[in-house]
Amino acid sequence: MAEAPNSAGTSSSGLLGWIDQRFPLSKLWREQAAEYYAPKNFNFWYYFGVLSLVVLANQLVTGIFLTMNYKPSSAEAFSSIEYIMRDVDWGWLIRYMHSTGASAFFIVIYLHMFRALLYGSHRKPRELIWIFGCLIFLLLMAEAFMGYVLPWGNMSYWGAQVIVSLFGSLPYIGTGLVEWIRGDYYIADATLNRFFALHVAALPLALVFLVIAHLMALHEVGSNNPDGVEIKKYKDAKGHPLDGIPFHPYYTVKDTVGLAGFLLLFSGVIFFAPTFGGLFLESPNFEPANPLQTPPHIAPVWYFTPFYAMLRAVPSFAGTQVWGVLVMGAAVLILFFLPWLDRSPVRSIRYRGPIFKGMLAILVLSFISLGVCGLKPPSGIYPMLARVCTILYFAFFLLMPWYSKIDSVKPVPERVTFHA
Amino acid sequence: MSDQVDHSRRRLLTAATVGTGAVGVAFIAIPFLSSWQPSERAKALGAPVEVDASKLEPGQMLKVVWRGQPVFVVRRVKGIIDQLGNHDAMLTDPKSDDSTQPDYIKASGAVRARNPEYWVGLAVCTHLGCSPLGAFEANNSFQVAGVDLGGNWPGGFYCPCHGSKYDLSGRVFKNMPAPKNLTIPSYAFAGDARVVIGVDAPPKTA
Repeated sequence: MAEAPNSAGTSSSGLLGWIDQRFPLSKLWREQAAEYYAPKNFNFWYYFGVLSLVVLANQLVTGIFLTMNYKPSSAEAFSSIEYIMRDVDWGWLIRYMHSTGASAFFIVIYLHMFRALLYGSHRKPRELIWIFGCLIFLLLMAEAFMGYVLPWGNMSYWGAQVIVSLFGSLPYIGTGLVEWIRGDYYIADATLNRFFALHVAALPLALVFLVIAHLMALHEVGSNNPDGVEIKKYKDAKGHPLDGIPFHPYYTVKDTVGLAGFLLLFSGVIFFAPTFGGLFLESPNFEPANPLQTPPHIAPVWYFTPFYAMLRAVPSFAGTQVWGVLVMGAAVLILFFLPWLDRSPVRSIRYRGPIFKGMLAILVLSFISLGVCGLKPPSGIYPMLARVCTILYFAFFLLMPWYSKIDSVKPVPERVTFHA
Repeated sequence: MSDQVDHSRRRLLTAATVGTGAVGVAFIAIPFLSSWQPSERAKALGAPVEVDASKLEPGQMLKVVWRGQPVFVVRRVKGIIDQLGNHDAMLTDPKSDDSTQPDYIKASGAVRARNPEYWVGLAVCTHLGCSPLGAFEANNSFQVAGVDLGGNWPGGFYCPCHGSKYDLSGRVFKNMPAPKNLTIPSYAFAGDARVVIGVDAPPKTA
């Protein structure tokens, strides 16, 4: 056997050679990092993909350590959390890393999704990347909801009561379905125990598989970029994109800088404001669950409030409140259809016309307003504001086939714009 | 033996094997899905509950737990019972046609009770399952959970989660998030003021 790396770049000697003949280690490294050509014009928005991986790793590691002291029973859950916070060495840090990590996950994911909207990263041929991403978002919401129930505080209990009741509004199957989900006639020990199983085993497994599928699809078609042009169109003699640079070392190094910035902010919250003024951990949840006493005001954690506000904005009609549930479900499911709703000839916002920019601004403003409405009691101007914003949110998606078509566009460059 | 592969025979055998496997998967799924149903212990704990309401003064309320759900037992003031039929125009479902209750409660009309003096109902808002608060004082602009119920409030229940209002028979007012009147469970009187929740007829005394 030759000593030099063969034509495929696989080492054939030493330990690495021994492994490479049995497992595609060098091949994987090359294809996924050292020779994965990413566009050279990535900007700030491209940090959030990597950051979501970091937060996922944080949730997995801190979560595993929390299960070592947590008791998933209605009698012991609340006190076992207090035990972790007070008596376990560094338990408070591990728990705050996990609870702050949940909010950080949604911040990073929302910004990551917004990046896709900005630069058309969901457009052909990246529809499956987008759909895997939407599935990850959906699972993440289920994961976060069940995780919020585990401390068995009063907000955990009543939040679970409200969310599980949503299924009861479905006609015919509702009542039986709710009993099946709870495993009892009310939110009880059985419910907590199964939510624990789903939160620590089933959903994380599914999430990790989906993240792998998301990355495999991304590395198959290649990354989009702020100009929304295909870098694979112009290649050098070796067949590498002219506007591409190897992910390692260029982006591994760049992402390290982004990671450092993120960790500064993340640590700041963990050490100085772990409850974040009641937004990341709500104060009624520092009381044990009480099935006879609803907290005076039930609001979900901030990352669910936009969807919760839509749920509340729809009045009951024809003797059922299933309509609000359907609207809330549709608000998430409509994301899956985005690649086919967008009919613009260009991908990136840089070359889109004023109508798309205006609609995107309306989407952002209405989503944030809905988030505020969902935190506030349903009185005063908030119910009406939530209704208006729900209509605007859906208008962004449902009118897209028309406005994205008639909108003016600027000429798209052949290659990415880059100023060194 | 022929070298020719009989493709139609192969397709049939493949489909039959896949079909048999799918039936097996469907059968083995049943135990796992059924394991999520309420267990025998949970069912046993859902037995009827007996409440002694004789110690309630008029205008007072008891909250008891039945199947883990809060149940109101309210001793209503005579003056309010007489006025219950007067505000039907303000209600979503004054006759309780779309609401959940035993037939004998629906037949009782505006009082929605076996005995007009003692009202029994689930303390679970029909919107999303929160527990409403008692706000029994009528015609008196007062606040509950920071919300002014107004001077023409006839007395009833207020849900702090999403602002649904019910009258003292648990009937929901118009234009509220809650679509139905408060649910009334099966119950019976085992004496003048002994309420048994979860049964339609009083248990026979031995």
